[in-house]
Amino acid sequence: MSLKPARAYHPYAMLAPTLAVLVLFFLVPLGIAFRNSFFAWDLLTEPEPVGLGNYRALWASGELVAIASRTLGYSVVVVVASLALGLGLALALNREGRLYAFVRGAVFSAYVVSWVAVALLWLWLLDPQAGLVARVTKGLGFTPVDWLGNPSVVLFTLAGVTVWKITGYAMVIFLAGLQDVPRSVLEAAALDGAGPWQRFRRIVWPLLRPTATFVGTTGLILSFQAFDIVRVMTQGGPVRSSTIFVYAIYEQVFVNMRVGRASALTVVFFLLLVGLTGAQWFLWRKSSEGRVAT
Amino acid sequence: MVSVAEKLRGEGRHVKRRLSAIALDLALLAVALLWVGPYLWMVATSFKSLDELVRAPAWPIPSALRWDAYREVFAAIPVWRYTLNTVVMATLIGVVQAALALPAGYALAKLEFSGKRTAFLAVMACLIIPPQVTFVPVFTMLGPLGLVNTMAALVAPFAVSAMGTFLVRQALLAVPNEIIEAARLDGAGELTIVFRILAPLVRPTLAAMFLFSFVYHYSDYFWPLMMTTDDHVRTLPLAVALLREQGTGVRWHIVMAGNVVLSVPVLLVFVLAQRRILRAVTARVLS
Repeated sequence: MSLKPARAYHPYAMLAPTLAVLVLFFLVPLGIAFRNSFFAWDLLTEPEPVGLGNYRALWASGELVAIASRTLGYSVVVVVASLALGLGLALALNREGRLYAFVRGAVFSAYVVSWVAVALLWLWLLDPQAGLVARVTKGLGFTPVDWLGNPSVVLFTLAGVTVWKITGYAMVIFLAGLQDVPRSVLEAAALDGAGPWQRFRRIVWPLLRPTATFVGTTGLILSFQAFDIVRVMTQGGPVRSSTIFVYAIYEQVFVNMRVGRASALTVVFFLLLVGLTGAQWFLWRKSSEGRVAT
Repeated sequence: MVSVAEKLRGEGRHVKRRLSAIALDLALLAVALLWVGPYLWMVATSFKSLDELVRAPAWPIPSALRWDAYREVFAAIPVWRYTLNTVVMATLIGVVQAALALPAGYALAKLEFSGKRTAFLAVMACLIIPPQVTFVPVFTMLGPLGLVNTMAALVAPFAVSAMGTFLVRQALLAVPNEIIEAARLDGAGELTIVFRILAPLVRPTLAAMFLFSFVYHYSDYFWPLMMTTDDHVRTLPLAVALLREQGTGVRWHIVMAGNVVLSVPVLLVFVLAQRRILRAVTARVLS
């Protein structure tokens, strides 16, 4: 039950600052991005209307499809790997003891460190000449991989570093989800002769599915917005092979000074995000329904 | 009677189980090393000399505890100024977000008024508009106003957190109306009710919100990079990233010293407040 406000204007006054900021810095910019996407503008001279020209150029050059598929590829690798690793670690570490607490803390620590610090750290570890990884590979008698210089490897490298940073988050969410799995049921199943895999498959996984949906879809949306790691580690290279969405937008504005092109990219990027969020809602509701049914 | 062979078999199984438990523990330790190792490598590198880095870059232990790289970092960038900028920015954002989310959350959770549903939907809609979508238009908006390169450009766009407003509203829904009615009977004004009576009741939510916001913005590279072009409002993550861009050749001991300055305080806070941080992370998801 809601209360009657003491004065009729009170609720509006209390919401006014919040709504003002949301309109000014969320909704109006969205509108500006749409409008700017129909202009050619270099920030110096007057904007010139070009209709759908920006979209057409991005499509015709194949750039849009290339950026979208790179972004999606990177995101899918990140999501699949962090889900699998996070779940595995949560299952292995879901118990008392100092050793396990230490491992949990170590894995999660990367989540609180900034992206810049993580990117710089791995840039040094993966340095082709003096980096630890290359030295160890050479020492073991293998040919070192050019992790950041090879166009067909670089996206996987960035995805790997991202997984290193966010797996701890996935693990912690799974650990919270595991608290919902009743121990008594697991023990009863074990007494009935169910092996570890069966117990996981029949009891743990059905209960964890909503958690997995949450971790997966949030990870997908967040990795879709990746930027820092690209800017610090590769600047979109080599030969644009790691130019994913947000970096492409940034490059259009701050390197090429093409606000119209950047805005068109922003609009497409936003629509994709809306689509992903819609898919998230759909999957989330479906997996929660399944949970009620079981 | 249990035969000797059976007993031995039983013990064999026992030993086998012990061994596999030890193997799992060792594997988990190796996993921990995969995370702790890079931090240790970062610290070790920061104490090396350029000469050591060139001659034996993979040797783990620096020959002496050299602070040269740190001295170079402090000479190259005004570390204290940038740290102050970063902390002021992150604190301002966290405080303003909480201060605005409280009355907004109160109106949305407790008060009756027309347009409530629309207002709530507007807040929720903003959840799917990340800074990565708004930075280009905001940049073109603030540029002509002369607001690029100011603290305002770093703080104002984050004055409201849609997620924070939603979480405070959820927390306030759980507060019984009687508390508010009793306070009104005692003659308390609405602002007193919001900030003096309700705020302490939802303190865990506010604390989690502040913590998240602070950590996110302290580490943020994206927004300050877009909104600043010169030195005086630059933040620490930007400056440390620049250490590498300005460097030529092997200067990794200096870059890693900068990285230690950037990340070790955060790691220390994490070690000290690990439990609370983990609780905040999971609470945010489960609410």
